[in-house]
Amino acid sequence: MAQDVTERIQSAVSNNKVMIFMKGTASFPQCGFSAATVQVFEQLGVPFETADVLSDPELRDGIKRFTNWPTIPQVFVGGKFIGGCDIVREMYESGDLKTLVDSVMK
Amino acid sequence: MLAEDLKKLIEQGLPGAHVEVRDFTGGGDHFEALVVSQDFEGKTLVERHQAVYGALGDAMRAQVHALTLKTLTPAQYQQRR
Repeated sequence: MAQDVTERIQSAVSNNKVMIFMKGTASFPQCGFSAATVQVFEQLGVPFETADVLSDPELRDGIKRFTNWPTIPQVFVGGKFIGGCDIVREMYESGDLKTLVDSVMK
Repeated sequence: MLAEDLKKLIEQGLPGAHVEVRDFTGGGDHFEALVVSQDFEGKTLVERHQAVYGALGDAMRAQVHALTLKTLTPAQYQQRR
């Protein structure tokens, strides 16, 4: 089981240039931090994929172990874990997020 | 959990760090923390946040629903003042 969820995470992260593990969906976020994170990527105007951890307890535990990170949302860009809501916002404000996203979208 | 207890946990885990914690709902589970530490020098934001989460240990999983983190090196902190 544990193996399965790790593989699922790995494939979601490899197959999507921007992958967000969040509470709820992009249209109906269930947490303010998840909503704020989605909003950042909408403002950047880049395609992204989301996975709802609330509807999938195994994924919710699995992602925390995968990254050694205790909170949701969790964001991956270009297959690399970049952090949660605070880091995404900080990188957006500094312009680093746009640079990073542009570099993986090529 | 009190903001003061959270501050102590972070200070224990990151000796010498300057820590400010605010309970922004007053409910004891949503916090905002500023952590300034020499140990953050040369580390990514992910590594800095992981260091703080590590210091909080089980408290992070059990008692804290949300923690907004700002992690700075002393040099970055000086620049912002």
